[in-house]
Amino acid sequence: MNYNWDWGVFFKSTGIGSEIYLDWFVTGLGWTIAIALTGWLIALALGSLLGVMRTVPNRWISGIATCYVEVFRNVPLLVQLFLWYFLVPDLLPEPLEMWFKQDLSPATSAFISVVVCLGLFTAARVCEQVRTGIQALPKGQLAAGYALGFRLPQIYRDVLLPQAFRIIIPPLTSEFLNIFKNSSVASLIGLMELLAQTKQTAEFSANLFEAFTLATLIYFTLNMSLMLLMRLVEKKVAVPGLISVGGK
Amino acid sequence: MDFSAIVPALPGLWNGMLMTLQLMVLGVLGGVVLGTLLAMARLSHNRLLANAAATYVNYFRSIPLLLVITWFYFAVPFILRWITGEDTPVGAFTSCLVAFVMFEAAYFCEIVRAGIQAIPKGQMGAAQALGMSYGQTMRLIILPQAFRKMTPLLLQQSIILFQDTSLVYTVGLMDFLNAARSRGDILGQPHEFLIFAGLVYFTISFAASQLVKLLQKRLAV
Repeated sequence: MNYNWDWGVFFKSTGIGSEIYLDWFVTGLGWTIAIALTGWLIALALGSLLGVMRTVPNRWISGIATCYVEVFRNVPLLVQLFLWYFLVPDLLPEPLEMWFKQDLSPATSAFISVVVCLGLFTAARVCEQVRTGIQALPKGQLAAGYALGFRLPQIYRDVLLPQAFRIIIPPLTSEFLNIFKNSSVASLIGLMELLAQTKQTAEFSANLFEAFTLATLIYFTLNMSLMLLMRLVEKKVAVPGLISVGGK
Repeated sequence: MDFSAIVPALPGLWNGMLMTLQLMVLGVLGGVVLGTLLAMARLSHNRLLANAAATYVNYFRSIPLLLVITWFYFAVPFILRWITGEDTPVGAFTSCLVAFVMFEAAYFCEIVRAGIQAIPKGQMGAAQALGMSYGQTMRLIILPQAFRKMTPLLLQQSIILFQDTSLVYTVGLMDFLNAARSRGDILGQPHEFLIFAGLVYFTISFAASQLVKLLQKRLAV
């Protein structure tokens, strides 16, 4: 059993319609980006809210946020995904359950599950970064806000959060990159994102080294370009006179 | 919901948990050893060695673990055949373990590197003034201190690996999650077994991370 190297495999026909293997990778990358970006929107919104909740002077509110973080950080991502995909739809009210299972295409229902799963999973991590950012600010900021007659929501909106977000960009970037990598679990519930397309190419063409090398290169390039992009953002919004102090 | 079917399934689930723990412990041990070597390479004065180690770390940190596991599962048998020239049967367990060690080494490398860099420069100078070689300095002076400082971080990374071992599901290895899933499917109670698996993972990870926090407080100066 010999291995036949063929780097031209990506331009060969898959035997399905007029598609070439490269088309599969493009489709897969599209799904990967769609999952990651949609999940990130949820993560950023919910994570910011939770991060604020963890720092407010109210035991109940911060307790709820702490519980959320502990639960979502201590259950493996794959278990969470299975719960969202296999268990949660069965708990929905009958009409919603039917809609999810029958009216939606399999790809759409898998997409919804994985986006919700990754969004809530990453929110726990974003929450911790937001909390670190808020706590890294000098205590005087809060006091000064009160002294100026601001109410607590105003202090958060106009004083604390604009500063906190800017100093936590580096750790947020790594969470942002993580959600792209974590989106690969979608392949385990049958969504044809990048990793699933790679596996399929490896199986169809028998050129597994070429397929996995290309996938690696795509992930690597994606990662590097996002990192450079975030560095630009970081420079652009840096607070003058502050060295970044975001914790990890 | 009826959780009574879980009790008779416990021995099977325990076997799954043993595999999960095996993967984690061996993965951490291999990862720390390889990661330490990588960290020393990254900090060495040899440019070529330092760059090679940095490339390795950046490479593995920018791709998903699931990709590495899948790739190695397909590739390790081929690679072994090229090396040994004959068919060497290698199980999913071995290929997964190799994947974990190589992947985690990149993360452990960064922890160890930060640990080594946190040791005051004078320690290195003093050891060399006493006539110790580079190897002796590392082994007897720098690394013992660095490891003490970074124990909490190493343990946290190990807890992450404990959770990530569940990804071996993709190659059909019977770890704890897969044992629970397959039993749930056979017995027609997938939900109960999935919830149980989640609770077990949560309890172990939560307890372990609380212990690490305690340890961190105790180690803090």
